[in-house]
Amino acid sequence: MAATEPDLKAARLPAEAYARNFADSHPALSHNQALVEAERCLYCYDAPCITACPTGIPIPDFIRKIANGNLKGSAHDILEQNIMGAVCARVCPTEVLCEGACVRNTPEDKAVAIGALQRHATDAVLDHGIQLFAAGAPTGKRVAVVGGGPAGLSCAHGLARCGHAVTVFEARAKLGGLNEYGIAAYKVAGQIPQREVDYLLAVGNIAVHVGQRLGHEITLPQLRRDFDAVFIGAGLGAVNSLGVADETVRGVHDAVAWIETLRQTGDLSTLPVGRRIVVIGGGMTAIDIATQTRRLGAEDVTIVYRRGPDNMGASAKEQRWAQINGVRIRHWARPSRLLTQDGSVSGVEFEYTTLDTVGKLLGTGERYSLAADMVFKAIGQLLVPDPLNDGGSALLDLDAGRIRVDDQRRTSLAGVWAGGDCAAGGLDLTVAAVEDGKRAAVSIDRFLTAAKAHG
Amino acid sequence: MADLTATLAGIRSPNPFWLASAPPADKAYNINRAFEAGWGGVVWKTLGEDGPPVVNVSGPRYGAIHTTSRQVIGFNNIELITDRPLQVNLGEIRQIKRDWPDRALVVSLMVPCEENAWKAILPLVEDTGADGIELNFGCPHGMSERGMGAAVGQVPEYVEMVTRWCKQYSRLPVIVKLTPNVTNILVPARAAKAGGADAVSLINTISAVMSVDLDTLAPSPSVDGLGAHGGYCGTAVKPIALRMVGEIARDPECAGLPISGIGGINTWRDAAEFMALGATNVQVCTAAMTHGFRIVGDMIDGLRNWMDEKGHATLADFTAKAVPKFVNWEHLNLDYVVKAQIDQDLCIGCGRCHIACEDTSHQAITREKDGKRHFEVIDAECVGCNLCVVVCPVDHCITLRELPAGSVDPRTGRVVGGYRNWTQHPNNPSR
Ligand SMILES: Cc1cc2nc3c(=O)[nH]c(=O)nc-3n(C[C@H](O)[C@H](O)[C@H](O)COP(=O)(O)OP(=O)(O)OC[C@H]3O[C@@H](n4cnc5c(N)ncnc54)[C@H](O)[C@@H]3O)c2cc1C
Ligand SMILES: Cc1cc2nc3c(=O)[nH]c(=O)nc-3n(C[C@H](O)[C@H](O)[C@H](O)COP(=O)(O)O)c2cc1C
Ligand code: SF4
Repeated sequence: MAATEPDLKAARLPAEAYARNFADSHPALSHNQALVEAERCLYCYDAPCITACPTGIPIPDFIRKIANGNLKGSAHDILEQNIMGAVCARVCPTEVLCEGACVRNTPEDKAVAIGALQRHATDAVLDHGIQLFAAGAPTGKRVAVVGGGPAGLSCAHGLARCGHAVTVFEARAKLGGLNEYGIAAYKVAGQIPQREVDYLLAVGNIAVHVGQRLGHEITLPQLRRDFDAVFIGAGLGAVNSLGVADETVRGVHDAVAWIETLRQTGDLSTLPVGRRIVVIGGGMTAIDIATQTRRLGAEDVTIVYRRGPDNMGASAKEQRWAQINGVRIRHWARPSRLLTQDGSVSGVEFEYTTLDTVGKLLGTGERYSLAADMVFKAIGQLLVPDPLNDGGSALLDLDAGRIRVDDQRRTSLAGVWAGGDCAAGGLDLTVAAVEDGKRAAVSIDRFLTAAKAHG
Repeated sequence: MADLTATLAGIRSPNPFWLASAPPADKAYNINRAFEAGWGGVVWKTLGEDGPPVVNVSGPRYGAIHTTSRQVIGFNNIELITDRPLQVNLGEIRQIKRDWPDRALVVSLMVPCEENAWKAILPLVEDTGADGIELNFGCPHGMSERGMGAAVGQVPEYVEMVTRWCKQYSRLPVIVKLTPNVTNILVPARAAKAGGADAVSLINTISAVMSVDLDTLAPSPSVDGLGAHGGYCGTAVKPIALRMVGEIARDPECAGLPISGIGGINTWRDAAEFMALGATNVQVCTAAMTHGFRIVGDMIDGLRNWMDEKGHATLADFTAKAVPKFVNWEHLNLDYVVKAQIDQDLCIGCGRCHIACEDTSHQAITREKDGKRHFEVIDAECVGCNLCVVVCPVDHCITLRELPAGSVDPRTGRVVGGYRNWTQHPNNPSR
């Protein structure tokens, strides 16, 4: 008879394997490699890569500066548009952003390695502690930023440079948001998220209060009263449900929460992980939980996604990455039932899916099961709206469950801006959150300057 | 932050980067765009005397040498001076100077070698409000056959005479642009100084034939089946230009004659090199023609960052600092000894250093060790020539190591150190 207890174990791998498995998955370019790669850039006019970058980094310029030995100028070009350029260089899905637009793809199917070059330039200023920015002359205006993730910090930096006094309220113990708690460990090895946060805060004029959660220690009406403007970059706090019975049974996990534990575990050999893992979902989170559990020593990891490879939120490159890490990806099936034994999950039953003639997803009625010691839900996150309410009434208009904003990232409430994952219409990427924060800072500055001009 | 203000012959510009007299500085439209991009000054495309303008070919005027990755490293043209009417140019010059008072605007001129021709055009230029004039004594094609351009620049008496006319008939600063198509650049430079030039600029283009088309067996680029020599410039000419600038900068007879450096300048580094070797500012043509005006962004930013890093507050802090170190061969130390050294961790094993040294130099690099492929320098053979460093495809893999004073050079058996140049050397018969 098969073992019935879930097979959960720490230290599945030899001790030295952990450092190797969670080291930088794409190491830095050497000086020589960077020069050779920089020379491949054609220095296009009105370059398509710039348009494809959500923060509009002047890519050909920064690459030319690398080639000409002006690393400081290169980093300035990057960070001026994207203050989280060092993390973005590592975590952006460049294959669908800048590198996807590179004209080199046409003749030779090989883009210039823009991400790697961006890392080369930004690492140089971070490694040498070269501060390229300064806080502006004090304006006497005060802005509250809720959430110390990419959106909030980018906004805070932009405002500080304009001379406004910024206070960041962060619920967690550390700043960085999902850069610190969510992104796959091997993408951001070497404490880069915290080093970037330190660099960003060093501009000055930014006070940080951690352990302050909107809706608990602070409220929106209070912030509106005490500050001249408020920016909300609180991300998404809840996860979608699978819509099957027993979802709270032991062994079924929210992938994002589990990655958070992983990211904050110092010695990964102490983290228990299952032998057989089933991941439900098709985005970046699914890829990350699957790959990281494999790298923790899980033997058999399967991602199950209800549609085909082209529909997955994860790019083709990310899908390949999971596969070369030994993750199996099964398409066209959705969970119909959780299998449990003695109060723990033991597997998942899936129903095959197909599309009807108008493209609607249907179950075929045929089923199969996968045994599992752990099941991860990676099917998207949701905004927690409560902190945005005052008593029972909503203060901000929502749009498809997220905060409605205009192109300047203004919400429906005067004096309140929002951006990043919590705002509607975004890309759910670090780089998009940075752009939101940047745009909001420009808009807030305009608002505060106008307010000042009118007395 | 470093101050990039440059003053050449009394003409101030916010940075030392000027566009050379050439198509990028051909008309108001371009120059507006150039100034918007940040260029510190321009030398207007050469004007000729009033009357029907020159006529350019309508076939290809440019040719180039590319690297295999299509970077332009050498550029050639058979273009003449401006082919637009004089009055049109003068009107635009006046307007540009009015719109951009803080930028340098110099007008390049080339008229026949007659006093009256210069006397006629100078007041017209002065009247536009331009900051100075540059005498084009350099164009090696088309105009020289008509007794202008390089045909003047190659005759020192003419250089001096025309310069003197210009000083006499105009109060504008006079920059004499020199042709590199001479045996000794000091001769025209000294002539310009004798004529009263406020500065010299160099180099203009070098006479050249780019290539021969092996299908048509005609020089290319060819115009209706025939090709003419043209003027060569771009990256490839930089070493030639640098040397000529350095020669003038260290010539006692030319002392005090400011230099505007031109030739193959692509980046802030190139510019800094020209300035270190004596140029007060620089002019750029080909790099702008191949990438557009935006390249000045990195030129300004890169130069400033480098100056900040080195602690140079103004251009003067490093200008001409390399000049005293530019000497003739006979003053190099013959008792200084270096040996090549291959970093085995960086070596990728291509063998290029071995074959270069083995076939053409001093047989100083092994090909194997203990029966295995292995490249290592044999100190007893190495003359420190640098060939292996040049051919090695890996940055910093092969370096030259200085032998410490007091050690013995295993090649010569001589003790290293001290200073002894050729003028002091026992082997020198004329010592
Ligand atoms: C597992 C995973 C992997 C990902 N991988 C990538 C990737 O490789 N590349 C990529 O570009 N993007 C990736 N993303 C997406 C990216 O991380 C997010 O789009 C980005 O972090 C959004 O930034 P944000 O500032 O809007 O939100 P967050 O990063 O979520 O930051 C929000 C911050 O607000 C704080 N907060 C929340 N509620 C409150 C409150 N009530 N009061 C005060 N503070 C609060 C949070 O603690 C957090 O610090 C990934 C996301 C996940 C979940
Ligand atoms: C197409 C072309 C046209 C030129 N026309 C002129 C000219 O009219 N007058 C002049 O003084 N120099 C002229 N030049 C020479 C340039 O001003 C410059 O001296 C030379 O090209 C070297 O600089 P570079 O290597 O940066 O191109 C011309 C060069 C080119 C390429
Ligand atoms: S560069 Fe412009 S003018 Fe010259 S050949 Fe091409 S299109 Fe014609």
